[in-house]
Amino acid sequence: MYRWLLCFRYLRTRYIALASIISVTLGVATLIVVNSVMAGFSAEMHDRLHGLASDVMIECHNSGGMPDPERHLAEIKEVCGDQIAGMSVSVNVPSMLGIEYRGQNIARHVQLIGLDAASYDKVSDFGKYLLHPKNQTDANFQLRSGGYPMERDPMSPTPWGWAHRRHTAAVAKMLEAERDRISALTASETASTSSAGPSMGNTFSPELLADSDGKAPEALDPAKDQFPGIILGIATCSAKMRDDQNIVREHYYCRPGDDVRMMFPNASDNAKVINQKFTVVDLYESGMSEYDSSFAFCRLDKLQDFRGMIDPSSGVRSITTIQLKLIEGADLNAVRDALRLRYPSDLYAYNIQTWRDMQGPLLAAVRLETMILNILLFLIIAVAGFGILATFFMIVVEKTRDIGTLKALGASGKGVMSIFLTYGLLLGFVGSGAGLLGGLIFVQHINRIAGWIETITGQEVFDPTVYYFNEIPTIIHPFTLCWVMVGAMTIAVIASVLPALRAARMHPVQALRFE
Amino acid sequence: MSNPFVLQAFGVKKSYHKDKIEVPVLRGVDVNITEGVVTALVGRSGSGKSTLMHLLATLDQPDEGEIYFRGHRIDNASRAERDSFRNNDIGIIFQFYHLLPELSALENVLAPIMIHKSAWSYFKTRKETRQRAEAMLDRVGLLHRATHKPSEMSGGEMQRCAIARSLMTDPSLLLADEPTGNLDTETGRDILKLLRELNGDDGLTIAMITHDDAIAEQADLCYRMDDGVVKSAKPSMQVA
Repeated sequence: MYRWLLCFRYLRTRYIALASIISVTLGVATLIVVNSVMAGFSAEMHDRLHGLASDVMIECHNSGGMPDPERHLAEIKEVCGDQIAGMSVSVNVPSMLGIEYRGQNIARHVQLIGLDAASYDKVSDFGKYLLHPKNQTDANFQLRSGGYPMERDPMSPTPWGWAHRRHTAAVAKMLEAERDRISALTASETASTSSAGPSMGNTFSPELLADSDGKAPEALDPAKDQFPGIILGIATCSAKMRDDQNIVREHYYCRPGDDVRMMFPNASDNAKVINQKFTVVDLYESGMSEYDSSFAFCRLDKLQDFRGMIDPSSGVRSITTIQLKLIEGADLNAVRDALRLRYPSDLYAYNIQTWRDMQGPLLAAVRLETMILNILLFLIIAVAGFGILATFFMIVVEKTRDIGTLKALGASGKGVMSIFLTYGLLLGFVGSGAGLLGGLIFVQHINRIAGWIETITGQEVFDPTVYYFNEIPTIIHPFTLCWVMVGAMTIAVIASVLPALRAARMHPVQALRFE
Repeated sequence: MSNPFVLQAFGVKKSYHKDKIEVPVLRGVDVNITEGVVTALVGRSGSGKSTLMHLLATLDQPDEGEIYFRGHRIDNASRAERDSFRNNDIGIIFQFYHLLPELSALENVLAPIMIHKSAWSYFKTRKETRQRAEAMLDRVGLLHRATHKPSEMSGGEMQRCAIARSLMTDPSLLLADEPTGNLDTETGRDILKLLRELNGDDGLTIAMITHDDAIAEQADLCYRMDDGVVKSAKPSMQVA
């Protein structure tokens, strides 16, 4: 009983010891903040990486893809049907995206994915990341009249969708009429139009088009009709940049309603480039720059048509990729291995991977980073432990006569030792408790604090042009809080062992005579 | 018929070592502390009286000789037994009071019980224990100072508080090391009067160490020590 009473009294009266645990408090708070932010980043990244990638992906390296997907799906069900929650097929083809922007060509390398939105949504979070709310539940690749989030593009003269398309068509028509008028006026002149500077016409290389095997763009009225719909990754057609007021703004090179060109190889052995116009019907924003800057999506049947992936005799369509969504708790690696056994690589040009295999290095890097940060921050608490050790030695010397008194009153060496161990535990508890509280408050208001730091230092803490997050993501895991608290208290107790031992071994007579 | 002995020391020797030089302090001391009697151990500074008290209180162990408490040898008892002996069977008061500065007078008086009992058993009997501690403070005339810290008390009050603390476990023997050594004459007289009352009213056995012959005179029995040995043991009226 006396040890608790004395511990609490020492805690209230020995401020030097409280000062020594400020480093414990700071260490614990930092650990909690860092772990929360890392967990938040990790979870966001995890979600986004996993969001588009299904659990298991079977990719066919053959340019013509794998024929008869139905048979493949049946075989997969046979191998691991009890583990599968959903399946989807798609065609993935490397493509060149061409955006005409104010008479200039912007070319981007993208992965064009032909998919069936309904089944694709069952294996990934594709719909979740589309900007139009209706497309999030029903992506039909048709341009919509309105409902796009216009707050994303306050500079746009017209709302995204059909209004924008009609406006663009009207402007193009007026320009065409003006160009015709000027052409009529200067008909006698023989100047080459190719040297007349930027034009709104087709500026892709004629050689490229001459060699293409695709169908010629259909003649349609852009004010009323659309080309096949395409959904572009937001970073393929926009750039984040700061304006003169240092505010991050998105600048769009094309918007839903605009037409873009996609060039991709057909499925024949003698590959030729298909040049196809698409109408942008929505944008895709997962927050992962890797995805947002390299993916474009269109309808599976359209892409199969364009690439010639339909057997003319049987009508059987080919695909390049099968995505599998597994049931909760399924062993991804076991399913992957079973499928690899069914489709051995020496017979099939298939690449069978889990999403973790695909993103393994990135996930491992984040894990390593978190671990190293934890080790470094625990070293801070270990340094605090040495502070406690030094302070406790001072307190033991200061309390020598009291220790002698306690022993004279019958307190055992163990009892005296437990006073200082309990005191260390209490200090650790108070220090880590304050750190826990501080850390949680910091995490709760981290974005506001980042704002203050930005205001004070003028330095961007969390650059949205780099991270694609508008806010710093945080997740607090109770288990992390527990191990940080327990770790800090353990270090505090360990630091108090030596002074406590010294107190316990003190000779009562020498202690009573100490001056 | 004489009273049985509470504490006995036979041929107790103790030396200290300073830089490999042996400094003998006690050279074979025989002492009997008789129940219900106030015994004084008187001697000059360096005569070994405080060392003898430490040995009698089992705060230290003799190099040679034996110490018995009610017939049981205690000098070679285990550490736990000696701790228990100091906690339950004897009370000790010191020249410099040795109160715990973080605790109030009442808490200081409660300290031996808190050492004796676990937190759980202390809480179970908290009310009775506090009442007893208050009674002890009242007995020494210090109840009005129950909530005061030692730094807020005078020397006499601190010594009274130390006496109340030593009585808390209802000991068989009170060992007092120069109880008035740090007090003015008037206050010292009050403390001696209190000790005498405790002996007279409650029959408390007291062994008191002093260098002051006037104080030793008030004891029933007096051992005079000189150079580590007991030179004489006489009823106190014959001390001089």
